[in-house]
Amino acid sequence: MTDSKYFTTTKKGEIFELKAELNSDKKEKKKEAVKKVIASMTVGKDVSALFPDVVNCMQTDNLELKKLVYLYLMNYAKSQPDMAIMAVNTFVKDCEDPNPLIRALAVRTMGCIRVDKITEYLCEPLRKCLKDEDPYVRKTAAVCVAKLHDINAQLVEDQGFLDTLKDLISDSNPMVVANAVAALSEIAESHPNSNLLDLNPQSINKLLTALNECTEWGQIFILDCLANYTPRDDRESQSICERVTPRLSHANSAVVLSAVKVLMKFMEMLPKDLDYYGTLLKKLAPPLVTLLSAEPELQYVALRNINLIVQKRPEILKHEMKVFFVKYNDPIYVKLEKLDIMIRLASQANIAQVLAELKEYATEVDVDFVRKAVRAIGRCAIKVEQSAERCVSTLLDLIQTKVNYVVQEAIVVIKDIFRKYPNKYESVIATLCENLDSLDEPEARAAMIWIVGEYAERIDNADELLESFLEGFHDESTQVQLQLLTAIVKLFLKKPTETQELVQQVLSLATQDSDNPDLRDRGYIYWRLLSTDPVAAKEVVLAEKPLISEETDLIEPTLLEELICHIGTLASVYHKPPSAFVEGSRGVMHKRLPARTGSGEGTECPDVGNAAGGSAPEAAPSIIPSQGDLLGDLLNLDLAPPTTTGPTPSTSGMQMGGMDLLGGGLESLLGGDIGGSPAMGAGFGAAPAVMPASLNAPVGGGLGDLFDLGGGVGMPMGAYIPPKTVWLPAMKAKGLEISGTFARRAGVIQMELVLTNKAMSVMTDFAIQFNRNSFGLAPAGPLQVLTPLGPNQTIEVSLPLSTVGPVMKMDPLNNLQVAVKNNIDVFYFSCQYPISMLFVEDGKMERQVFLATWKDIPNDNESQFQIQDCHLNSEAASNKLQGSNIFTIAKRTVEGQDMLYMSIKLSNGIWVLAELKVQAGNPNYTISLKCRAPEVSQCVFQCYEAVLKN
Amino acid sequence: MIGGLFIYNHKGEVLISRVYRDDIGRNAVDAFRVNVIHARQQVRSPVTNIARTSFFHVKRSNIWLAAVTKQNVNAAMVFEFLYKMCDVMTAYFGKISEENIKNNFVLIYELLDEILDFGYPQNSETGALKTFITQTGIKSQSKEEQSQITSQVTGQIGWRREGIKYRRNELFLDVLESVNLLMSPQGQVLSAHVSGRVVMKSYLSGMPECKFGMNDKIVIDKQGKGGEGATGQSIAIDDCTFHQCVRLSKFDAERSISFIPPDGECELMRYRTTKDIILPFRVIPLVREVGRTKLEVKVVIKSNFKPSLLAQKIEVRIPTPLNTSGVQVICMKGKAKYKASENAIVWKIKRMAGMKESQISAEIELLPTNDKKKWARPPISMNFEVPFAPSGLKVRYLKVFEPKLNYSDHDVIKWVRYIGRSGIYETRC
Repeated sequence: MTDSKYFTTTKKGEIFELKAELNSDKKEKKKEAVKKVIASMTVGKDVSALFPDVVNCMQTDNLELKKLVYLYLMNYAKSQPDMAIMAVNTFVKDCEDPNPLIRALAVRTMGCIRVDKITEYLCEPLRKCLKDEDPYVRKTAAVCVAKLHDINAQLVEDQGFLDTLKDLISDSNPMVVANAVAALSEIAESHPNSNLLDLNPQSINKLLTALNECTEWGQIFILDCLANYTPRDDRESQSICERVTPRLSHANSAVVLSAVKVLMKFMEMLPKDLDYYGTLLKKLAPPLVTLLSAEPELQYVALRNINLIVQKRPEILKHEMKVFFVKYNDPIYVKLEKLDIMIRLASQANIAQVLAELKEYATEVDVDFVRKAVRAIGRCAIKVEQSAERCVSTLLDLIQTKVNYVVQEAIVVIKDIFRKYPNKYESVIATLCENLDSLDEPEARAAMIWIVGEYAERIDNADELLESFLEGFHDESTQVQLQLLTAIVKLFLKKPTETQELVQQVLSLATQDSDNPDLRDRGYIYWRLLSTDPVAAKEVVLAEKPLISEETDLIEPTLLEELICHIGTLASVYHKPPSAFVEGSRGVMHKRLPARTGSGEGTECPDVGNAAGGSAPEAAPSIIPSQGDLLGDLLNLDLAPPTTTGPTPSTSGMQMGGMDLLGGGLESLLGGDIGGSPAMGAGFGAAPAVMPASLNAPVGGGLGDLFDLGGGVGMPMGAYIPPKTVWLPAMKAKGLEISGTFARRAGVIQMELVLTNKAMSVMTDFAIQFNRNSFGLAPAGPLQVLTPLGPNQTIEVSLPLSTVGPVMKMDPLNNLQVAVKNNIDVFYFSCQYPISMLFVEDGKMERQVFLATWKDIPNDNESQFQIQDCHLNSEAASNKLQGSNIFTIAKRTVEGQDMLYMSIKLSNGIWVLAELKVQAGNPNYTISLKCRAPEVSQCVFQCYEAVLKN
Repeated sequence: MIGGLFIYNHKGEVLISRVYRDDIGRNAVDAFRVNVIHARQQVRSPVTNIARTSFFHVKRSNIWLAAVTKQNVNAAMVFEFLYKMCDVMTAYFGKISEENIKNNFVLIYELLDEILDFGYPQNSETGALKTFITQTGIKSQSKEEQSQITSQVTGQIGWRREGIKYRRNELFLDVLESVNLLMSPQGQVLSAHVSGRVVMKSYLSGMPECKFGMNDKIVIDKQGKGGEGATGQSIAIDDCTFHQCVRLSKFDAERSISFIPPDGECELMRYRTTKDIILPFRVIPLVREVGRTKLEVKVVIKSNFKPSLLAQKIEVRIPTPLNTSGVQVICMKGKAKYKASENAIVWKIKRMAGMKESQISAEIELLPTNDKKKWARPPISMNFEVPFAPSGLKVRYLKVFEPKLNYSDHDVIKWVRYIGRSGIYETRC
């Protein structure tokens, strides 16, 4: 029997003929006709006109014919909903058929027909099938619930199918369990917060039991579902891992990868000193290596995943370098991925082997692969310092091959090597210069020009070389133009006598003949610098550059964690979170690795402790979500780079010039401003303000002397400082975490910041700015982060604040919106400061004045608050409050109740008067606040509460 | 999950199109054709994202199989499924070709309906499928038969049906290994590994419980401690994977391989070893460039196994530059030919005993070219077949127990065969 003839009927009037055949009495003819219809449908022809005729063939005892008709129905029912109803009766009847295969077929097909009216009729048969005696029907019905949910979620919930589905998780047949798990997982994805799967130790145990018995596909569904569970503790985590590890020997790679996902995730919770942790690490390597002997498409998926695993846990595969060596016949996509992993695994121990391989690859045919291999050699040089010399000589060998794209790629990486090891390999410059003419790609040209400019003093004919590039200046890409401009200025600063003309020429080309604003602006800045202050120009343009970091292409840690939770899936292949390629809400929920839960967790997270501890004014870290207007506001304020670090380091040498220049230029401008700012002693501008928060006493000492005159004599206790809270979590700021608090020390308001670098790359160029706020708070100096902040480093910084900045009323009043910039990006967050920071030291009012003012302020402006659970006596309270510049002016005792009268002066001159009632033995205080600006009362009350309770 | 599955011929015409999910439209069929099949340059990845739709594809001869989805599916599973789909089709109608697919399109639709439900792969063991998806028209099944089918499709032992009977209980074990090597021109082993498979063909009655034993180092060492002297050599297995009939948790705990095999042929296990591999051949290349228009190549091969054994189907492939104009070859043994279309000299030897040596020398004339790029010098590759396992693996036993039927382990006739083949066996020159 050959069916291929059905594909060839393309006559006119075909539909008409088919119609006749479909209505034929002969069974064989009918079947032939339906086959023709399906073939036409496959090819994309519209055969919907035959709908009634095809549906008429549905009533048949021939299973093959029935299946064909169903196939047709699934395709066209949606376009002919009214006619589709004709089929309902047959479906309902089939769902009662004694043959389980037919029952399952009916319920399976019915679920695929997306017509509302049919769905209504589906409910009853589905309910029966979910409880069918035959497991084959039940497993089909389980999937059907997911189908129905996709069409009409509400209906599924109303009909209680979800509960029935949950019951199927305890079914005796493992395949039913697996399909129920798959259906529930899918439904749960569109209800992120519902506890549909309700994973708990009991249900997990059921799943693990079913795991041993079901088909390979079912094992995948179950493992993927398990991966969403978070074990309660390390014990449970270990016992699940123990039961999942046998899956690593499964022949199906998807089972293996899903098992790896579960293990990688749950391993996070195991203590590293546990023996089992080491055993598990060892067990993971062989199956991963085995995946590389699968078919090439699977190898590709495996390699993309291994790339993630190697970044997360390099120790697993560190001895397996050889298996990633490229085979001559590997498909190109496998080759490129292997190369990536080779670089990641390169270390001092294996570098010789790796280099020999890379050199071999650089002679292959595929251009992309060769380029990547050459680039890899450069990355090895930067990563493994001991190998740098060998890498450079390998690169030189490759340049000698004169293969155009190899040379260009080599020059680009050599530039990076120069950036990493300055003044070490300059002897090769001569060889590089020989190849100047063959460079036709912008990146290579720019790299070469950078090298010439950077080492102009060692290249005798640097001027000639650069001049030759200048001839076609306007035809170059912007990248090359910018680089050429900077290089010639560098050359001029190094050899001013011979190159005056050249620099004139390039400056006028850049400023007068170019339409590119970047180029023009850079040109002007150079021009002005050179004409006004050549010494400064030299300092700016020829400043020492920071070294480039080792690994630049690592995936950002928070993303990496998310991707680890998606091992095996498309997200892990694309190296993107699902939200980047999945439409709608389905499956875009962010997944996270579980946190380690040891026994002594209380001490590890001070934040949690604090949260439980008191009612300190700690707003949860609020990130400013929309960057519309606010962004504009902040950007107007122009972020200033730090004054002491000099020119901005930037990871890619290409953008250097522009950044440097802006940094340098603004630096001097800002320096002047700070000197003139009235609130700050000049001492602050000069002395670096980096100091650990705990060492504030000595620093405060000097300044304290100055402010002592103000009268804060013999403060009994220090001012109240709220505990540090996280203002900017790392995941929102590309790895930068900022926590902090505010303090007033010896009359100076300080923002105490703790910056933690949780990213993999070094952070530099920190700067800070505030948005306008209620009390005109503004940084009184730049943010002093002197050294670049390495990965996992933490630095504590005190930023002195002034109150002379621009004012805008905020809601809440003490809200402060902050922008922090580093070399990576600008981040925004908002925090709330305790208003007690603004209570000045001369806030003690004369008694008479107090009385007069109290009377003077209208009663409407008085607000009353209760402070509960405070066990201080009035004396102690008074002392404590004085530490925060809340001064007690008088005290009176009426019927065992102490009345304290107090005054506060805010930095902007607003006075707040208070009356505090303390009754011996009663922990609840009453406080009345009077102020001409009643808005502040709430904040002041919060401060009372905070001060008294800490 | 999988949203749709398409099969195309080499021209990009659709042969099979089955859509499982509403989010995949007919335009997806065309998107793949335009962006992948008809793409100008070579395909750079087996996963392609076109307009937020992901396409997974595999190619079998000139047929494209593509799975489509808009969700974050398990990518490894999709590929495993596509391979499985190919296996199932091959089991039903032989080679996957345009002709065969067109001839069996009704069957393929039926299979697709069964093994993929709403995009979720279902039981796809050919043994089970063949019991109820047939092309001989529908047989009238008795009630018992029906429930037997469903219990097999969903059952714990989905790969074997009850009630199989053979007059003669017989089983064949093939240990098939492919030995892979990458050697530097100086004879240094850059990488070498053996990937092996144990293929079992069984014709056993009932539901036989089998136990397989080999000279696995971990097992032998364990027994050695118990006092029993380990006989012969043991090998260190880096990793192994098993057919789904093998009880994995038992292997994990006791390292014993026990299972109820599917009827007929199955791949029982795959394994990989890297230690103490017997490299059956050593290739010693010598390439000399004589001026710009001539190359002299001399290659020596040495066989390195017992003299009593014979290697077969030996083929040495020596690549030649693209601008080769003529080749003269002299070889001591076998036949050698320059194949211009393949840019290689192919040297074939029918048989070669162990501990022997043979040599070929060739003079290659080159056309002068302006191409600055040096010849990439692809490695010299080799093919062969030897009657032993280069990993050193030995089958120690395969015990069969069938408690319900009256035959014992001794009644089963067992055959074991070892074949070592070359995988990617390359020497750089």
